[in-house]
Amino acid sequence: MQSFTTLTGVAAPLLRPNIDTGTIIASRFMRSRSIDLGEKLFSDWRYAADGSENADFVLNQEPYRHAKILLGGINFGCGSSREAAVYALMKFGISCVIAPSFGEIFFDNACQNGLLPIELPEDVVVSLADAIKRANSAELTVDLLTRRITTPQGDTVGFTIAEDRRTSLLEGLDETALVLRHSDEIDAFRDADRRTRPWLYERSAL
Amino acid sequence: MAALPRSLFSKIWDSHVIRELGADRTLIQIDRHLLHEATSRDAFDGLRRRGLAPKSVAATFGVVDHDPSTQPGRTWMTYLPARERISAMQQNCREFGIELLDVNDSRQGIVHVIAPELGITLPGATIVCGDSHTATSGGLGAWAWGIGTTEIERVLATQAMILRRPKTMRVNFHGSLPAGVYAKDLILAFIGRHGIAVGSGFAVEYAGETIRGLGIEARLTVCNMSIEFGARSGLIAPDDATINYIAGRPFAPSGKLWDQAVADWHHLPSDDGAAFDREIALDCSNLHPQITWGTSPQDVIAIDEAIPDPSTAPVERRSAMVNALDYMGLSPGMRMEGLPIDVAFIGSCTNARLSDLEIAARMVRGRKVPEHVTAFVVPGSTAVKHVAEAAGLDVVFREAGFGWRESGCSMCQTLGGDSVPPGQRSISTTNRNFEGRQGPQARTHLASPAMVAAAAVAGRIVDTRKQPVLF
Repeated sequence: MQSFTTLTGVAAPLLRPNIDTGTIIASRFMRSRSIDLGEKLFSDWRYAADGSENADFVLNQEPYRHAKILLGGINFGCGSSREAAVYALMKFGISCVIAPSFGEIFFDNACQNGLLPIELPEDVVVSLADAIKRANSAELTVDLLTRRITTPQGDTVGFTIAEDRRTSLLEGLDETALVLRHSDEIDAFRDADRRTRPWLYERSAL
Repeated sequence: MAALPRSLFSKIWDSHVIRELGADRTLIQIDRHLLHEATSRDAFDGLRRRGLAPKSVAATFGVVDHDPSTQPGRTWMTYLPARERISAMQQNCREFGIELLDVNDSRQGIVHVIAPELGITLPGATIVCGDSHTATSGGLGAWAWGIGTTEIERVLATQAMILRRPKTMRVNFHGSLPAGVYAKDLILAFIGRHGIAVGSGFAVEYAGETIRGLGIEARLTVCNMSIEFGARSGLIAPDDATINYIAGRPFAPSGKLWDQAVADWHHLPSDDGAAFDREIALDCSNLHPQITWGTSPQDVIAIDEAIPDPSTAPVERRSAMVNALDYMGLSPGMRMEGLPIDVAFIGSCTNARLSDLEIAARMVRGRKVPEHVTAFVVPGSTAVKHVAEAAGLDVVFREAGFGWRESGCSMCQTLGGDSVPPGQRSISTTNRNFEGRQGPQARTHLASPAMVAAAAVAGRIVDTRKQPVLF
């Protein structure tokens, strides 16, 4: 997985609550690998029915069309388990989402792909959005090493993230490789479990 | 010293711990892994890159459900845009030796419908699937939850996952459901009262005499909606009804193994005095049929209530409510009753099992869907379709003007070529009324099968309790 250490880039405010993963990437764009997920990110909000850009949508405006960071509302990434929501954000160029809370599956998927999800109280997220709008530059710096966000005005906001998640993002850890290292224990567990719960290991209808 | 009383969830968790890894992380064994074509493709590629074979093909079941056409006589190739992913699923399952319930297999159906139906879901088992509605299987007392594609690859490779132990919540439902009120109304009412994130971080157990009184299929409906209030998993303790439901199903244990399994399952229900991090109660004895008015499952009211006014709602919800009303073309104070509809959809992993179709058929028998309304039924599985046909339900629906389709995810989320046209109003037995879920600019109202069927033949939203069953 891609590692995350520090990131400086344009942050786009999209503070609507409960933005679901199907809004981030609609199911009809996941059917073929020939479709560019980044282009289809937030498609129903970003484009009119004729395919033209909707000028009111934040990611169609300068400088936000170059966003690397997204400021979201509560329960960001709720709904469907689709990891493609994370792929679509990353393909667009966004590798950090800052929101008051996240859908659990989205949060896990983000951490599996090097997209940093940062949880901060709603008033702090709103103040970051205000800081961007007030400044000439809409850039924030997110530093996972020091767990700090720096605003264009030079103010800093601290954040917390579980230490193992932080380490794994910093190192770009492959968690599957980590689990594979426990293969002997998994096998031993399964051998013992097979004796206590054999019905889960025998397949009667094949 | 006597052992501490444990909850259903705690018992399942404890019996699946391979190893504690420190920092609140635990390596957990996965008993059953369900795969469908919409989220597993990259996981197979990952396995291939690592040069690995699946750890247990016996524990892994593949099905094609999201993409195929639901048109009568369909094959896997009928709907052109679906071919790429279905074909990849077929090749991947063949290459890795995983049994695939393909489009024209008599056991095919929506993954969360077939898992219980085929006896793949068993009480006390850990079950994962790359799909947020995997909690459906919790209705049989399994701990089941949705995962991402990277995690699918991990489970294929190891039958294990590194997890943080969720907090536990018990929701106690009291009172018996009034006539015309169903499991869907119960869970929508709960979400309406407590909001769509109340379950975040929790494994939820549904309990109380209302739940005990529900049939197994209705319990699956309740658990199915867990993710709609943020809970990744939702469980109901197995009882005699559960055991009777599972007995004799194709993948269920039999003979000596069955006896052993049943003896084990009797120990699963939460012990008296088991502790939960949170408990919530809901009285169901005065519940009315529910219907959503907005673009989130928490935007729900009883059919005889008025649409709420954002200006009197909690401040933090106001702007979302205004957006929702605008998207839905509705105003505060309006009544849902009488609102004309364009589309009625009976389908999905939430409400397309046999009992759902029976309830819906009672409402439409002897009536006609008006000319301007598109109505169709997509049975939750091919088996449900066949049993419904044997009971003559397909004739009831067809004579009333409904389409009678093959099984798949279909119009629940714009799949298989089925969608609600822009701006049109749909009443649907599905689980999500998010913007664009049933198609760009589609307006979705979630309700029970009885409410959807009653609306389909009335051409407008009605109170199912006021529409008499004709015969």
